[in-house]
Amino acid sequence: MSESTFSNRIGIKLLSATRFAGGFGHLAGKTVRELFIPPFPFKLILDQVHAIGVESFILVLITGVATGSVMALQFGYGLARFGGTLYVPKLTSLSILREMGPVFTSLLVAGRIGSGMASEIASMKVTQQIDAIRALGTSPIQRIVIPRLIACMVALPVLTLMADYVAIIGAMLVSKVELNISFSFFIAKTKETLTIADLFTGMAKTVVFAIFIAITACWKGLNTEGGTLGVGKTTTWVVVTSSIFIMLADFFLTKFFIITVFPKF
Amino acid sequence: MNGKIALSLKNIHKSFGDKKVHQGVSFDLYEGEILGLFGGSGTGKSVILRSIIGLETPDLGEIIFEDQNLVNLTERQLFKVRTQISYVFQNGALFDSLTLEENLAYPLRAHTQLNEVQIHSKVNEMLELIDMKGSNELLPSELSGGMQKRAGFARAIMLQPQIILFDEPTAGLDPVNTARLLNNILAFKKRGMTGIFVTHDIPAAFEICDRIAILDQGKISLVMSTDEMKKSNDPLVKSFTTGAHIQ
Repeated sequence: MSESTFSNRIGIKLLSATRFAGGFGHLAGKTVRELFIPPFPFKLILDQVHAIGVESFILVLITGVATGSVMALQFGYGLARFGGTLYVPKLTSLSILREMGPVFTSLLVAGRIGSGMASEIASMKVTQQIDAIRALGTSPIQRIVIPRLIACMVALPVLTLMADYVAIIGAMLVSKVELNISFSFFIAKTKETLTIADLFTGMAKTVVFAIFIAITACWKGLNTEGGTLGVGKTTTWVVVTSSIFIMLADFFLTKFFIITVFPKF
Repeated sequence: MNGKIALSLKNIHKSFGDKKVHQGVSFDLYEGEILGLFGGSGTGKSVILRSIIGLETPDLGEIIFEDQNLVNLTERQLFKVRTQISYVFQNGALFDSLTLEENLAYPLRAHTQLNEVQIHSKVNEMLELIDMKGSNELLPSELSGGMQKRAGFARAIMLQPQIILFDEPTAGLDPVNTARLLNNILAFKKRGMTGIFVTHDIPAAFEICDRIAILDQGKISLVMSTDEMKKSNDPLVKSFTTGAHIQ
């Protein structure tokens, strides 16, 4: 690869990233402004909460149980070497509430809902339905973006709460069967370890992730070009970008909460 | 046609990158007339319609409607204009997640205070007018291409706009569906509808339009009545009426 080609590619990537950052900020700003302009799209929000929340419920439950179970197994056999099996309830429940529940649920939603939103909006764009919304004297932000954003911000924390709950149950069952840790001991240690701050910091992370998933999917969908090929590219781009953001933002949010909410650590 | 100007385009310029699409497009649309707009592919006929309704912004020029320059209006200010000027999309552009009834009710729910009973009644009335009675619960994917275009037309006129912009409404339709759609449009023309009819379909334009304008090299080259155009020996007119412009 020649140097100029390489630098061109870097330049193109940087331009693309700048365009996305600008577009994201612009759309987020317009969305906040339009939130306060009536009519408030209450019914559309409910439809989206159903699409995002209810239809993701089973997937999130299965993933939650599996995650909790695997974590209990790994911690159990890993800590057994040092005689620390009894720390499994504390470590597992803390990891689930602070990290695994919010991050795994958000990644699932980014994959399932983010891609669905992006492809739906992109299809509407290439078939002129977005133009039709405007031509009929209505706002695509009110009809498309606000319902999806608010629904994501509502549904993702609730899904995370469900995921946390079933993941701890999964961990508890595996601890009993594989590690011979009784239910009562597991529950007592979990209660002793967890605080309300652990739960809320995890859920607060998901609100940030939800904003990013929804705005990214909507921005990319609304700016899709190139027909059906463009729709496919948009879908992939949204899942990759949202997933990367979730992982990166998780680090910074964790650091932020450690400084502000958990200063004793 | 009563001689009063409903809409006026003055010196419209529009470029996409290096491509200059419009280089001084000017024409007047009179109340009660349907103006046909001919032009080769890629000459910017649809862009004119999109500029009028604010889906594109001209680089230069004025679009005067009811004493205001539409080019200077914000997106929010255009909302009201879009209830007075409506756009019939080439493919109908129906919302594919909504039923036909919901599609037709969309502008009524957005811009009127009608209750659901009144909206349902208006939708039924419109469906009867476009020969689609009883199709209320069908999704756009369950409609034929011709039905989608008629439904798109119906949705565009639900608010009884002053001006209707047709973007190649008969493109891709078989003769039977073309005739049905033209009959629907003619029925509304008899009620005094004003509109711009962008098309490559010369017989349809001759049937519907009062005057015809030809867009060539970024400008309106000529405007004449449909009868004059039929008789004209102008080489440019001939190239359109014989279809020779389609390469």
